[in-house]
Amino acid sequence: MYDVAIIGGGVVGGMLARALSSYKLKLCIVEKENDVAMGASKANSAIVHAGFDAEPGTLKAKLNVRGSEMMEQVAKELGVKYKRNGSLVVGFNDDDKKIIEELYERGIKNGVKELSIIESSELHTLEANISPDATCALNAPTGAIICPYELTIAAIGNAMDNGADLKVNFEVSKLNLCNEFYEITSTDGDMIKAKYVVNAAGVNADSVAAMANETDIKIHPRRGEYVLLDKTSGGLVSHTIFRTPSAMGKGILVTPTVDGNLLLGPTAKDMEDKSDTATTADGLSNVLANCSETTVGINLRDTITSFCGLRAVGNTGDFIINSTAERFINAAGIESPGLSASPAIAEYIIDMLLSMGLELTKNEKFNPIRKPAHLFRESSVAERNRIIAENRAYGRIICRCEGVSEGEIREAIRTNPPARDLDGVKRRTRAQMGRCQGGFCMPYITEILSEELGVTYDSITKNGGNSKLITGKTKEGCER
Amino acid sequence: MTELVIIGGGPAGMSAALAAYENGVRDILILERDERLGGILQQCIHNGFGLHRFGEELTGPEYAWRYEERVRELGIPFKLNTMVMNITADKEITATNSIDGIFTIQAKAIILAMGCRERSRGALNIAGTRPAGVYSAGTAQKLVNMKGYMPGKNVVILGSGDIGLIMARRMSLEGAKVKAVCELMPYSGGLARNIEQCLNDFNIPLLLSHTVVKVHGKKRVEGVTIAKVDQFGKPIEDTMEFIECDTLLLSVGLIPENEISRSAGIDINRITNGAYVTQSRETSIPGVFACGNVLHVHDLVDYVSEEAEIAGENAALYIKGELKNDIDIPIETDGKVRYTVPQRITAKEDTKIFFRVANVYENATIKVYNGDEIIFKTSKSKVAPGEMQCITLKAQLLQNAEKLRIGLEVF
Ligand SMILES: Cc1cc2nc3c(=O)[nH]c(=O)nc-3n(C[C@H](O)[C@H](O)[C@H](O)COP(=O)(O)OP(=O)(O)OC[C@H]3O[C@@H](n4cnc5c(N)ncnc54)[C@H](O)[C@@H]3O)c2cc1C
Ligand SMILES: Cc1cc2nc3c(=O)[nH]c(=O)nc-3n(C[C@H](O)[C@H](O)[C@H](O)COP(=O)(O)OP(=O)(O)OC[C@H]3O[C@@H](n4cnc5c(N)ncnc54)[C@H](O)[C@@H]3O)c2cc1C
Repeated sequence: MYDVAIIGGGVVGGMLARALSSYKLKLCIVEKENDVAMGASKANSAIVHAGFDAEPGTLKAKLNVRGSEMMEQVAKELGVKYKRNGSLVVGFNDDDKKIIEELYERGIKNGVKELSIIESSELHTLEANISPDATCALNAPTGAIICPYELTIAAIGNAMDNGADLKVNFEVSKLNLCNEFYEITSTDGDMIKAKYVVNAAGVNADSVAAMANETDIKIHPRRGEYVLLDKTSGGLVSHTIFRTPSAMGKGILVTPTVDGNLLLGPTAKDMEDKSDTATTADGLSNVLANCSETTVGINLRDTITSFCGLRAVGNTGDFIINSTAERFINAAGIESPGLSASPAIAEYIIDMLLSMGLELTKNEKFNPIRKPAHLFRESSVAERNRIIAENRAYGRIICRCEGVSEGEIREAIRTNPPARDLDGVKRRTRAQMGRCQGGFCMPYITEILSEELGVTYDSITKNGGNSKLITGKTKEGCER
Repeated sequence: MTELVIIGGGPAGMSAALAAYENGVRDILILERDERLGGILQQCIHNGFGLHRFGEELTGPEYAWRYEERVRELGIPFKLNTMVMNITADKEITATNSIDGIFTIQAKAIILAMGCRERSRGALNIAGTRPAGVYSAGTAQKLVNMKGYMPGKNVVILGSGDIGLIMARRMSLEGAKVKAVCELMPYSGGLARNIEQCLNDFNIPLLLSHTVVKVHGKKRVEGVTIAKVDQFGKPIEDTMEFIECDTLLLSVGLIPENEISRSAGIDINRITNGAYVTQSRETSIPGVFACGNVLHVHDLVDYVSEEAEIAGENAALYIKGELKNDIDIPIETDGKVRYTVPQRITAKEDTKIFFRVANVYENATIKVYNGDEIIFKTSKSKVAPGEMQCITLKAQLLQNAEKLRIGLEVF
């Protein structure tokens, strides 16, 4: 019997699990995919928003500003890359200037610190590659960037290190309220019991809510497509560059990532299918055509990949964090700025659990610190040589583009939450994320996964289910 | 201090090492990141290597072994499983392996022979899902030939480069069904003999002016949508067609692996994606040479060896202080000739100029100009981008040359 079960291993479920693991509780996260961070938390703009965008008085505004204040410390404890690079909302004319003034006012009301409006000359000194036509900008130095899937993985890993359980390939299909607890059943017929349940199922949060008889929540997916450029382009801008939003839409943002790539996107298109994360020719050409509005010198020949995320758009315009059944909490409609707000959403939900009667006793043994996944690569040469001398696998480079060693890949498969497929290794180590996109190293990583997991080479998948990489043996068969 | 460090132990690196040795250099070190020498040839188990060099048809590993055997006989040192992470303009090399850890070597001369990598799906921005079953042709080649595994059963190949063609045959021989090879251009980038032997002999359709516009399938590829393209390479809406398959192989171009060259500050040509070099294959940094696929993509390994020998010989001259740099003649091209290697001539010697053309041309005349004066002329019945061309300029032609331009005319 668990005290709390969390449905959904995204950033919301992950940050909540981690915060709850600081208390003496039996916790379980259930996730339908083969790995955590498989939903919106792996495909978004990766911005920790300053908080000037949301309507004052909303949960979005309150939790964004609070979350953004907490994020630096959280990232430090979890060893996640975070950079306060600042955001700029760039304007080109008087209409834009008016909107920028409104955003400024909103930001002040929301409690965003250090906001200012700057003119062309200051803007162009801050960023050399902003379009020469830009006349003004909202400068938000508290805006930051973070790696969203790394944050999710680290939060869940830290929760697990502190005692939480994780069940992957557990797609909740039924919730049964017994007297004291819920029976939570998966499509495969597995079942766990928990006294309290938190629904953090992202774009599916409405269907999970419906399993607890709540049918007022409606969520529809809104697609956002991105193009990612090689690290050679990463230095083009240092701030996150937004175009001033207008009746024409939000425009395409241009931002460096914490790993030094350049990210362009997202588009916005309302969808029906909640699992359709395919990119489209129209979407990608929209990104490519509009990214140069704010920023000059973007070299599209440096494109290394494109991807797509689905925003979980709720039917109230705000985050829907409520309780509609006994000991059951929804965290639904967590669209942007959900990543930024996630540590504050966790705090908010814990307060709700407390008021519902959940007993919270400090876990004396709680350790908020997680060893950074990239510790090895960021160590000094002397330190790395010491580690290689102890464990030779750290001297064997597997991913050539990103310089990832065998040792780091094995570590990712042995560390909570363990990588179990190629994409899992990718998100934890960056192996296969470089310019060749796994062309060279995929066969080697498959080999390491099969050794570590004790399964055959041909059963390794890209991301679980039937995403098998191999369909059989050649006529002569294998060398080993 | 090591006199000569060679980065990459493929055919280029080994040929360069042997040539430097024969020209008197003894203090040589080859650094190779793979677990054996031979480079990409290790996985090319088909015939067709060495026809020019040895007058016989060898497999890739056989060809590579001819060189590796010599390297071993002469006792030229090499380190395997050793990845070069960085080089500086002062020729300091940082590398990593399991035994030495992270270490640096100061070299007197360096030869870059890092080969190339394949262009990935991402670089093409193909829309659709991102399932398992999309591989570069070289990755598939490695799985099939080195690991003994099949990456799929029903295959569409995008790109008609040689690796794609070879893999069309290989997959067919292994019992897979290759449904089509789509090529964006109106002509194939592969060698004519490969189209004959790898596609026609297996009744695999080659769809010219076609591309893949969308990938289908959530977890594993379930099909692709292909379309004919117009003269600008844009897909034509009403020609779209769905092909059911579980695998998409990409053979859409090779990119020289010049990341460490760039970080050393070596000038890179935007067309070849390789270094600018002189006829001695010296880059913009004196004492740093480049050869093989890292310099420009070759179709035949025989030419790689030839080029690498030039680099090895000249690196030896550089080490002895005898490298000639008495003139400086740049070579330019017109639009129909895409690039040349070398791009500069610095010595009055007989000089071979390798080049590629931009399109398929019949009855073409290649002309070399010095200013407005034609100093060399030759005709070819047919030239194509997939087949590297070569002309030799005699030393006396360079007597009064200041600036050369290579042009192509069609009659
Ligand atoms: C295009 C785009 C751009 C964005 N940009 C930003 C930004 O820059 N800054 C910012 O702050 N926010 C941004 N966001 C918002 C942010 O990404 C989300 O708010 C956040 O990731 C939501 O996290 P989550 O955990 O609620 O959802 P998710 O990450 O989607 O996690 C939900 C999880 O639940 C699992 N699940 C679903 N159904 C079930 C079931 N029945 N049983 C078990 N498991 C289930 C899913 O597999 C998934 O892993 C953006 C979002 C998108 C789509
Ligand atoms: C997938 C593929 C298939 C091919 N098939 C054919 C064919 O069928 N027929 C044909 O005639 N030609 C074929 N070719 C072309 C031919 O094999 C090449 O022209 C030839 O192998 C190039 O030799 P190279 O030494 O320049 O490069 P490579 O053979 O690629 O060797 C480069 C070596 O450098 C090493 N290296 C790179 N970077 C570093 C670093 N930083 N540190 C240490 N070592 C490094 C690499 O591991 C590699 O071993 C193919 C090429 C490719 C890429």
